[in-house]
Amino acid sequence: MLRFLVRRSLGALVILFLLSVVTFLLFFGMPRDPALLMCGKQCTPANLANIHHVLGLDKSVPEQYGIFLHNLLFGSSQFTQGPCPAPCFGYSYHTNEQVWGTLMDRLPTTLSLTLGGAVCFLILGLGTGLIAAWKRGTLIDKTFTAGAMVISSMQIYFLGPLALAVLVYQSHLFDKPAYNDFTAGPVSWFTGLIIPWVVLSTIFASQYTRMARSSMIEQLQEEHVRTARAKGMSRRYVFFRYAWRGSLIPIVTIFGIDLGSLLGGAIITEYTFGLPGLGRLAVESVFFSDLPLLLGVMLFSATMILLCNIVVDAAYAYIDPRVRLA
Amino acid sequence: MTTVTKAAGDPVPADAGAFLSVRDLHVSFRTEDGVVRAVDGLSFDLERGRTLGIVGESGSGKSVTNLTILGLHNPQFTTVEGEILLEGQELTTARESELEKLRGNKAAMIFQDPLTALSPYYTVGRQIAEPFMKHTGASKKAAWARAVEMLGKVGIPNPRERAKDYPHQFSGGMRQRAMIAMALICDPDLLIADEPTTALDVTVQAQILDLLKSLQQEFGSAIIFITHDLGVIADMADDIMVMYAGGAVERGTTREVLRSPQHPYTWGLLNSMPRLDSDLSAPLAPIPGTPPSLLNPPSGCRFHPRCTFQDRVGGTRCITERPLLAPDRASACHLTAEQKHTIFVEEIKPRLG
Amino acid sequence: MTEDLVLPAPRDADAGPAGETLLEVSGLTKHFPVKGGFPIRRTVGAVQAVDGIDLTVHVGESFGLVGESGCGKSTTGRLITKLLEPTAGRISYRGKDITHASRKQLAPIRSEIQMIFQDPYSSLNPRQTVGKIISGPMEINGIEPEGGREGRVRELLEIVGLNPEHFNRFPHEFSGGQRQRIGVARALALEPKLIVADEPVSALDVSIQAQVVNLLQEVQKELGIAFLFIAHDLAVVRHFSHRVAVMYLGKIIEVGDRASIYARPRHPYTHALLSAVPEVSLDEEQESGGRERIRLAGDVPSPISPPSGCRFRTRCWKAQDKCAAEEPPLVQISGNHEGHLTACHFPEEPTIGAREEDIVLDPALVALEEDAAEG
Repeated sequence: MLRFLVRRSLGALVILFLLSVVTFLLFFGMPRDPALLMCGKQCTPANLANIHHVLGLDKSVPEQYGIFLHNLLFGSSQFTQGPCPAPCFGYSYHTNEQVWGTLMDRLPTTLSLTLGGAVCFLILGLGTGLIAAWKRGTLIDKTFTAGAMVISSMQIYFLGPLALAVLVYQSHLFDKPAYNDFTAGPVSWFTGLIIPWVVLSTIFASQYTRMARSSMIEQLQEEHVRTARAKGMSRRYVFFRYAWRGSLIPIVTIFGIDLGSLLGGAIITEYTFGLPGLGRLAVESVFFSDLPLLLGVMLFSATMILLCNIVVDAAYAYIDPRVRLA
Repeated sequence: MTTVTKAAGDPVPADAGAFLSVRDLHVSFRTEDGVVRAVDGLSFDLERGRTLGIVGESGSGKSVTNLTILGLHNPQFTTVEGEILLEGQELTTARESELEKLRGNKAAMIFQDPLTALSPYYTVGRQIAEPFMKHTGASKKAAWARAVEMLGKVGIPNPRERAKDYPHQFSGGMRQRAMIAMALICDPDLLIADEPTTALDVTVQAQILDLLKSLQQEFGSAIIFITHDLGVIADMADDIMVMYAGGAVERGTTREVLRSPQHPYTWGLLNSMPRLDSDLSAPLAPIPGTPPSLLNPPSGCRFHPRCTFQDRVGGTRCITERPLLAPDRASACHLTAEQKHTIFVEEIKPRLG
Repeated sequence: MTEDLVLPAPRDADAGPAGETLLEVSGLTKHFPVKGGFPIRRTVGAVQAVDGIDLTVHVGESFGLVGESGCGKSTTGRLITKLLEPTAGRISYRGKDITHASRKQLAPIRSEIQMIFQDPYSSLNPRQTVGKIISGPMEINGIEPEGGREGRVRELLEIVGLNPEHFNRFPHEFSGGQRQRIGVARALALEPKLIVADEPVSALDVSIQAQVVNLLQEVQKELGIAFLFIAHDLAVVRHFSHRVAVMYLGKIIEVGDRASIYARPRHPYTHALLSAVPEVSLDEEQESGGRERIRLAGDVPSPISPPSGCRFRTRCWKAQDKCAAEEPPLVQISGNHEGHLTACHFPEEPTIGAREEDIVLDPALVALEEDAAEG
C-alpha cells in the first residue's frame, strides 16, 4: 500500500510539473500583455517597460519559469510587496495580494460548499438509487428513475435562481446564501449554505440515483450473488453485502471525479449564489491575465483532482481484493 | 406418475414416498420477444442417496428446472406451474423465508464456473462459513473452524491458511473444491450440481468427479447432476433423464439409457459424440438441424423437425400429437417398443462400434 | 482448386500422408513479460507460455495439438499464424523462414495460412453481412476470382452447407453452429493450404459439434488442406487428427501418430490425460475394468516459474531426482513406433489397460477412499 502511494504521488508530481510548464507556455502564447492592463490610460512605453521589469516579464520565458519554480519551493524575498514564504506563487498582478494567501482565503468557501454538497448528494442519490434497485419494476422505482431523468436535464443556473426566487426573495424562508466562517458560528454557516447545497446536490444526486440503481441491478444478476442466495442468505444480506460491494467501484470512480473537480472550484454554483470560492478566482485570473494567480489556481485545482484520484485508487484496493495484489 | 401435457388431463398426485418429486412442472419467462417456455410439463422423482443425471443441450431446460427447485428464478419475469415436493414440502408456493431456511441447508447447489460463482470480495473461508452460521446458529469462530475442516476434507492443502485467501488466489480446481465444501457444510440431503466440471480441465474434472462420488457416500446426499456430457453422466449417475426443448424425452437407469437407448434424440447424442474407442473410418453422425426456439416450439413431438425416424411412425402423428413419457423406464416417442428395439440394435448400435 | 495441390489419394484412416513438409517449427518460444517492481515498473519475469517446441505439419495432413488450459497450445496457434511475434525459434513455411517476416514479405503467404477461432459469436463482425465477411479476405488481398467475388461467396456458402441465398444476412440471424460454418467459409475463401483451428467446436452443443467436425473433415480431405487442430477434447482430436502432439506447460511432451499416442502412450501425463476422459462404455465387458485409473493431485503449476527439469515431475508418480535436474529430451524411446517421440526419463508401459493398482495421488481422494474401504 505504501509503495502504491509513493509511486502514485511521484506520478502526480510529474503531472503537476508538466501542467505548470504548459500553463506557462500557453500564457506567454497569449497575444495580450498583462502589463498593459496595469499600465492604465496614460501609458507610455517607459512606464510599460518599467512594469515589465518589476513583474520580471523582461526576462526570457525559461528564466521566468526557473524563478517561478524556485519561489514555489523555497519562497522569495525579492518581491517589492513584501516577503513571500514557500509555497510562493508570487503576488497577484491585479490585487497585489499574495496568491497563496488568496487561495487559502477562498478555500474554506469551496471546501464547505463541496463537502456539504457531497454529503447531501451521496445520501440523496445513493438512497434513492438503492431503493429503486430493491423495488425494481414497482411504481417507486419508476418514479425515482423518471424523477432522476428530469432533474438530470436541469442546470444549476436554472434551478439556482429559481430556488433563490422562491425560497429567499418571495417567501423569506431562508437567508440569502453567503459564506459565514464555520468557527464564527456553525448555525449561520449552515443556513448560509443550505440552499447552494440543496441545489448542487439535487443536480448531482440524479446521476448517482441512476448509477446506483443500474449497477445494483447488474450486480444482483452476477453469479456470485446467485450463489449467496443459493446458500440461504437473506435477500437483504445479499443486497447489502454482496451486490453493494460490487456496485461500489463505479460509484467511487464517479465520486472521485466529481469531488476533485468541485474542490477545484464549482464555478457556476459560486457565480449563481454569489459565493467567493476558488472557481470565481480562476475565472478572474484568466480575465485579468493574472499569471501568478492563474498558476496558483490551476496547480491547486489539479492537485485536488490528483489527490482524489489517488484516494479513489486506494479505495479500489480496499473494496476489491483482486486489485490489492495486482 | 405420468408426464402429461396440460391438455391431456390433470397431473397425477405425487408419490408420497419419493424424497424429491417434481410434477408437471411448467416454467416460462416473459421476454421482449415473447414468452419462452423453458420447461414444459416435466415430472420426475429422486430417491434419497441416489444420483440423477440430467443430460441435455443448451436450452433444454435442465438448468432452469433446478434453479426453480430452489426458487432461484426471478419471480418478476417467471411463471411457475406444477408441483415440486421435497420430503412432502411444496416448494413452488413456499414463502421466501421458508426457501431461505432450506437453501444451503437441506438442499445445496454447485455451479458451473467457480470463478464467477464465488464472490471476489470475501475470503473463501468466510463464504463457506456463512451458510453454516445462518443455518445452525453457530458462532463466527465455530463456523470458521468448520469451514477449515470442510476445506481439508475436499482436499485443499493447508486449509487453515488457505481459508483466509480470496477466490482469485485459488486455481480453478481448488475453487470448485471450495464450492463443494460450501455446498456440503450443512450436510444437505439434496445436492444440485449444475455442470460442475464443464469449466475445468480434464485431469481436474476426473479428480472432482471422484471426489463428489466419495463425498456422496460419506454424506449420503441425493445428487441431481446436470451436464451436456454423456461421458460424465455415465461416470456419475445412477439414473438418467434426457431433456430436449423443455421436456424429458427418455429416462431410465444409467445402464438402460446408455446400453439400450430408445429415443431418437438419445441415439443422435450417442452417435454424434466422438469417443476414445470409436471407429475412425466413418464420419460422426450428427443430429441434423438446430435446437428449436422455445419462443415458438414445434408442434407435436418437439424433436420431429430433426428426427429421421418420423416416416417409421407414419401419418402425421409426430407433428400433431405430443408423445407422453411413461413413468420409470420410458421414452417419449411414437415409435413402438419393438421398433425402438429393432432400430437401435440394427441401425444405431453398429455405428457406435 | 489450385493446380499444384494434388488431392491426397485415398488412404488408411490412421496413416497421415507422409508427404512433403508444409510447416516446420523449431525451438519456438513465446514469453510474455510480467511487469512489477518499485518504484519504476519493469519486467520482473515472464510467463513461459511456449518454451522451445518443435513440430512439423505435412502437406494435406491434420495435426492435433492437445493439452489443458495454460499449456500454450493456443499461443502456438497464434505464433504460427503470426498473430503473435515469437520470442525465439524459427517458423518456416514451405522451406521459407517466416519467423520475423514483414507484412510485405508475408503477403504472398498470408492467404495460404488461415485461422478458425473458438467463439463463433465474437469472431464475426456483427455489422457486416455474411457476404462481406467471407469476401473480406479476397478484398484485402486484391483477389478477383473467376465469376466474381459474390459468385465465390455463394460457392463457399454451399461448400460449408449454408444456403447460398443467405449471403446478405447478418451473423446474428444464424445459430452458433451456422456461424462457425461462416467462419470456415471465410477461412476457405483464399484457398489456403494450412488452417489453424483453435478450439473450433468447443463452444458448440454436442449435436452441432459433430456437424462442424464433419464439415472440417470433409474440407480437409476433399480440398487437401493441412490442419493444425488445437483442442482440449481428446476424443475430438483423435477423431480429426492424423498425428497428435500433447503439450504441458509450454512444452510438447509426447508426439506421434494417433494410433500410437492413444493406444500406446509412454509419457505419464499422456496416460493421466487419457485415463481422465470420462467415457460411455457401451459393452458389458468394458465396464470400468477396461481402462487404467489415474487421478493426479492439484492443478497445473504456474507458467511463470515452471518446475526445473521435467515440467510434469511435480505431479508425476514416477518422478525421481533426475527429473528435477535434467530436462528429458523429446526422442523416440525404445519400443515406440516410428515418429512417436516422448520426453520422459522413466516412461510408462505402452498400454492403457487397467493396472493392478489405481494411481490416486489426490490426498483428499485417498483419504475418502480409505475411509470407504474401511467402513
